[in-house]
Amino acid sequence: MSAPAGWEVVIGIETHAQLSTASKIFSGASTAFGAAPNTQASGVDIALPGVLPVLNRGAVERAIRFGLAVGGTVAPLSVFARKNYFYPDLPKGYQISQYELPVVSGGAIDIAVDGSHKRIRLTRAHLEEDAGKSLHEDFHGMTGIDLNRAGTPLLEIVSEPELRGSREAVAYAKTLHALVRWIGICDGNMQEGSFRCDANVSVRRVGEAKLGTRCEIKNLNSFRFLEKAIDYEARRQVELIEDGGTVVQETRLWDPARGETRTMRSKEDAHDYRYFPDPDLPPLSISPAWVEAVRGSLPELPSAMGERFVAAHGLTDWEARTLTASKALAAYFEAVVAAAGGDAKSCANWVLGELSALLNRLEVEADASPVSPAALAGLVHRVRDGTLSGKAAKEVFEAMAQGEGEADAIIEQRGLRQVSDAGALAQLVEAAIAANPKLVDDYRAGKDKAFNALVGQVMKASAGRANPGQVNALLKARLG
Amino acid sequence: MHALSVAELSVALRERRVSSEELTRLFLSRIARLNGRLNALVTVDEERALASARAADRRLARREAGPLTGIPIAHKDLFCARGWRTTCGSRMLADFVAPYDAHIVERLEAAGTVHVGKANMDEFAMGSSNENSYFGPVRNPWDAARVPGGSSGGSAAAVAARLVPAATGSDTGGSIRQPAALTGICGIKPTYGAVSRYGMVAYASSLDQAGVFAHSAEDLALLLTAMAGFDPRDATSVERAPEDYGRALNAPIAGLRIGVPRQYLGDGVSPDVARAVRGALDTLTGLGARVVEVSLPNQRLAVPAYYVIAPAEASSNLSRFDGVRYGHRAEGAADLASLYRRSRSEGLGPEVQRRILIGTYVLSHGYYDAYYRQAQKVRRLVADDFARAFEQCDVIAGPTTPTVAFPIGRPGTDPVQMYLEDLFTIPVNLAGLPGVSIPCGAGEAGLPVGLQLIGRAWDEAKLLGVAHAYQQSTDWHRRAPPEEP
Repeated sequence: MSAPAGWEVVIGIETHAQLSTASKIFSGASTAFGAAPNTQASGVDIALPGVLPVLNRGAVERAIRFGLAVGGTVAPLSVFARKNYFYPDLPKGYQISQYELPVVSGGAIDIAVDGSHKRIRLTRAHLEEDAGKSLHEDFHGMTGIDLNRAGTPLLEIVSEPELRGSREAVAYAKTLHALVRWIGICDGNMQEGSFRCDANVSVRRVGEAKLGTRCEIKNLNSFRFLEKAIDYEARRQVELIEDGGTVVQETRLWDPARGETRTMRSKEDAHDYRYFPDPDLPPLSISPAWVEAVRGSLPELPSAMGERFVAAHGLTDWEARTLTASKALAAYFEAVVAAAGGDAKSCANWVLGELSALLNRLEVEADASPVSPAALAGLVHRVRDGTLSGKAAKEVFEAMAQGEGEADAIIEQRGLRQVSDAGALAQLVEAAIAANPKLVDDYRAGKDKAFNALVGQVMKASAGRANPGQVNALLKARLG
Repeated sequence: MHALSVAELSVALRERRVSSEELTRLFLSRIARLNGRLNALVTVDEERALASARAADRRLARREAGPLTGIPIAHKDLFCARGWRTTCGSRMLADFVAPYDAHIVERLEAAGTVHVGKANMDEFAMGSSNENSYFGPVRNPWDAARVPGGSSGGSAAAVAARLVPAATGSDTGGSIRQPAALTGICGIKPTYGAVSRYGMVAYASSLDQAGVFAHSAEDLALLLTAMAGFDPRDATSVERAPEDYGRALNAPIAGLRIGVPRQYLGDGVSPDVARAVRGALDTLTGLGARVVEVSLPNQRLAVPAYYVIAPAEASSNLSRFDGVRYGHRAEGAADLASLYRRSRSEGLGPEVQRRILIGTYVLSHGYYDAYYRQAQKVRRLVADDFARAFEQCDVIAGPTTPTVAFPIGRPGTDPVQMYLEDLFTIPVNLAGLPGVSIPCGAGEAGLPVGLQLIGRAWDEAKLLGVAHAYQQSTDWHRRAPPEEP
């Protein structure tokens, strides 16, 4: 949905990406999802007296990967700070985060909306630990605390308020989501909370330079909710101002059941977090050698790969971006092209068309596709050599998806081989002309539709197997 | 036998003149007789002590014993020791049983020491008199009406009264050196990062350092060698090759330059203390050392800076004591806020609450720059003072405390006056340097006076060498408090 007329919606997004380390950021406990409550909480995670945090190198390495992937600056020295507040699922009474000196500053994410490109700058990305979970539903009159999640490593990624409207916000979130998975730092599982977005939303009249008062919206655990919540919130703020009111800075919660945002806490209730450098952790020092080693281990990034697809294969920008939206899909495409020995354009059409539809239907990633890249390449080959018509090819693809085997076997089994033999086709054309004098007359009288009807008659007579291009050419030549 | 040093007991054990079990029984009987009056130990575990003594005897019999095998010791009650209460002198943790061992407990156990129990302390190590314990004040063995100092007052009193030959302690602003001075024994606070803080309940993390009490510099060296060393579980533990802290005990001190800060023997030091310290300097001069005057101009800023930094860290460190997972929980709280408020108000004593409030204030939005950031700058200045002084000298010497032990419940003592007790010890923590206190004379009413020796970072062995040289030609460290029949 676009912004209300005469208004501009300004959005900045804070994303918490759970880093895919096996153990927690400051303890050796496992980060695996779904274990029985409090079975993955060590003495450090439950904040026993006397325990101390020890930084997980793997979490730092992932932060460096991110910093390099977005073209940000990896700080040679960054500082862990304590964010102090009381809550039962925060065992130490403080969260270890980064405040004044984050591990990554700057960088950008390039997004595309409706074919136009935009560069969204990042403010920073910093390492921090997650809190535990309060379980209010399961215990009558009490609150349960599960500390399995406490100490899970997070990278908080903060964008500049450069997004305009919910569609850009969603494009940004999706691009970021794809990137963190691409570089292998986050599994991106939104249901399990591995990738969570908060949106800072404000509105201003078009042409106004000053930013409006913002509200932070939490609990956006899907792209759809992100879009709906921003649209709702923008409308709410515009209506409020147009009715003579003012927006109050506050934190709001998205309520998916009611489709609205509501106040969680106002600015007046905001905590004074009393940030200060954590004396248990020396400043985090990252050597240039470490940064270079991480750079060397980075895969080709989606933007570079997309540019290569455009340059080497002549794909459109949209095709290149869509193919590189996930690493699995991009790898699948490259495997199809390799197996097909070229014809990348057709390969892209298949991957973005039938294959993507199939994957969506099955809700699986490309690496779990029931049709292998080699099998799809075989199909592409049979289209190229004229064995299959486009229509028949789709039938073969569906059969492959059902596990009926390779393209050639299905073609034989179902008799789908296209008739391209000139002699055979000429006979069919003659028969059609003889049987439909009225159509022939109509065509000669200038009715183009009649020509298509004649082609249809030939196709029908061939049970759909006639090569339509050849039929067209033959008819044209015969009718003059 | 009970008057012997750890080094002497070690020889007796290995020569089989006494068994560890006999030694342990001897000290347990002294504890049974004297601890009721002193209130130095809050947990004593005879059964476990005797079991480990017998295990030590087996190792001694097999000639697998190290220098500390079979030596009874006690731990300040902020070191976690599996199966024992770790109270920190607080109602909050009065029933908290640690499920794990602190690094130094592990290390000393591995060295074969016999752990007899846990020592009383100022609540969460906040105090200079040991009057701030939920378990009651500790009394000074030299005069039961006086304080033993704090916060490691129970450890110091236990060693001074020979309830154990040695005990561990922790020192954030003087909590080892000051009670060592007031009870006439030796204590060392090592360089920050020398001894792992893992399992030591934190007061002020950037200042806390574990150390030990005993009767001689030689004993301190033996114990510190066992306790110190890199521990990957503490990110502030410094990775260095293991060292023998006794390697310089017999190094000659001729030519050694002893820096005496002009601020350390002026106003604010009582005459009896100044006299004893001057006497000690004369003794060292007699041994060939040279006294040079140095200056620590920012010294006067150290106490105020400390009382910003330490409470700031404490206010955060102590947040985990919320009554939710362990520790004291108020009954019948109506909601979360009252659960927190009441559990913490009931569980934490007045001095701890005062420091949490100070710390919360100085970290608050709008005050952080004026207090916390400013205090960190002062900390740098104090450290720079020491660095400059050490260009002119090898060690720094002066009184450990401004006075001898003062009376329990000293009337008219406001908190700030109590904070000034640590005038000479706090700068050392701010700079992260090693400091030793050794007995060097008798002051008012025959009470012990402590000489503080301060070294460059990682100069513990040198400090202990100077202390040992002094103790070779004096016997203040051999004096014991009078015992009631």
